[in-house]
Amino acid sequence: MSEQGMKPIWYFVGLILMVTGGLIFCSGIYQYFNPPLMKTVLADTQPNIWWGGLMVVFGGGMFLKTRKQTR
Amino acid sequence: MQAIGLSLIDWLIILIYFGFVIGIGLYLRRFTKSQEDFFLAGRKNSFWVAGLAFLSANLGALELLGMTGNTFKYGMYVAHFYWIGAIPAMLFLGIYMMPFYYSSKINSIPGYLKLRFDEKTRVLNGISFAIMTLLVSGINLYAMALVLHTFLGWNWDYSMWASAITVAGYVTLSGLMSAIFTEIVQFFLIWFGLFLVSILGIIEIGSLNEILARINTYSSQISFTTLWSSSSDPNQNGMLVHWAGIVLGLGFVLSFGYWTTDFLVVQRAFSAKDLRSARMTPILASFFKMVLPFIVILAGLIAIALSIDPKSGFTLLHDGEQVNYDSALPLLIARYYPPGLVGLGVTALLAGFMAGQAGNISAFNTVWTYDIYKSVLNKKASDAHLLWMGRVSTIVGVMISLMTAYWAKGFPSIMDYMQAIFSWVNAPLFATMLLGMFIWWITPNGAFWGLVIGMLSSFFMYLAVKFHWFAESIITMSSVQSDMAANFWRAWWAWLICAVVTVVVSLWTKKKSKEELVGLVKGLTDEKHDHDIPYIKRPEFYAVVSLIVFVLLNIWFW
Repeated sequence: MSEQGMKPIWYFVGLILMVTGGLIFCSGIYQYFNPPLMKTVLADTQPNIWWGGLMVVFGGGMFLKTRKQTR
Repeated sequence: MQAIGLSLIDWLIILIYFGFVIGIGLYLRRFTKSQEDFFLAGRKNSFWVAGLAFLSANLGALELLGMTGNTFKYGMYVAHFYWIGAIPAMLFLGIYMMPFYYSSKINSIPGYLKLRFDEKTRVLNGISFAIMTLLVSGINLYAMALVLHTFLGWNWDYSMWASAITVAGYVTLSGLMSAIFTEIVQFFLIWFGLFLVSILGIIEIGSLNEILARINTYSSQISFTTLWSSSSDPNQNGMLVHWAGIVLGLGFVLSFGYWTTDFLVVQRAFSAKDLRSARMTPILASFFKMVLPFIVILAGLIAIALSIDPKSGFTLLHDGEQVNYDSALPLLIARYYPPGLVGLGVTALLAGFMAGQAGNISAFNTVWTYDIYKSVLNKKASDAHLLWMGRVSTIVGVMISLMTAYWAKGFPSIMDYMQAIFSWVNAPLFATMLLGMFIWWITPNGAFWGLVIGMLSSFFMYLAVKFHWFAESIITMSSVQSDMAANFWRAWWAWLICAVVTVVVSLWTKKKSKEELVGLVKGLTDEKHDHDIPYIKRPEFYAVVSLIVFVLLNIWFW
């Protein structure tokens, strides 16, 4: 394969986890101040915030580590 | 059921995923210049990339929904599909079979059959694999639309066409490489999208031990929480199967037949950059395979524990009087996930569906182009022409999948037949490969007729039980009725029939010379692999570690 300059797969994985995790984290913050009418089981534990945050950390780390790498 | 409602943030996450996979296809397009780039991703992947893709090609959303539902139905016995039904075969592929596959520089499994036996065996397997792949791809598409329609209220046609066009788009653009890239993205999305169900389930119920205790209290006659201790009597386990059926049918024939000969998964190992990476591919994947039950089996057990507690308010959906077991995972998502996380959970399922379809289509376009088109129809095709044919066959393959999906929509019982399709094609093929790879005097005619009669016998046994031509107990050697036990035993008999016919015919037909089989058969090939690297970096070392973990898991849940 002519791979001159091709980004590694981990760059893309990090990117999508960071973006979607960021959106979920932000929605969790919003829902904390504006709770939805239909509450899910364990909604009080704020899963959006800690799970979204975990995704941002994991995906962000992967993205930052590989952003300057090529295969 | 009332459909799971999606909010703006959920839609945004789903749209980002669709845009992302198309973007990856467009990005990789510029690096796809030759047929080897398109069909084998340039043979440049590390074992991490090839290994995760190897596992993800098998990890479709149908499996996630189906195995969680099956756990609700059969209990922890479903974990056998992930442990004895996968790990020994994956390690055997990495240690013993991969050197013959990879070193012969073949492009596909039928390609190996051509070198080891002859053209007719290759074409027979190529055609049966291509038909199987397209049928499975179409049925997956239908199942995806069914799930999206049932749980999200989405339109059938839009769901099928949107995902089919997306898959056709990115696979046509850059072939196996974009399929592999999206499979790895899918792997991470599934873990982040669905593992949270298990975590929240444990938090709600209290602990893993509490989940098991509740199930044991509810069901004291039949064991739903053990793997082997109730397997000596089929009446005592949820799957109604004897341990011999699990070991011979699932652990040996079905598992080895799928993991060592199904081109859909093995193609990912062919994309590795060298022999060591190719051997490490299934070995690395075995570690990730072993932990998957902590998503699917655990979610199924959580669903059982919740459903037997009236205060939880959790019940599975019903289609008339039939329990819809596949509803377990979507209902758990609806129970635990607030807006935002719902979008992630749905995206994980969508990613699983689409990556599974892309896997089928990329395997189909390779087998069609190399083993049918170039082998039979156009033997002098140029590199550029084969690349063009790969792209055309991708689009045609997706169109045929769509037609199959509409066929299945009008004829839902076709789904039942698809359950057994792997035992029709893969179980006999494993006998052919095993004998051909390890016994030099197996002949081309022996392999061909063994394969033909093995496949026909498996198909016949399926129809015979289905239409009551004879009793299921003749196959399962048990008075207890169980579809799963019948699948296991039918695979075993098909393998045995294929093996016996192959050996008998080989005794009376012309053998290939030993010189022709160098590099293809054990005993005639130099097998000093990776002897110049430290032991801790050798595939054998990691295979032993994997085997130890596998044994410990089985003892833990004995």
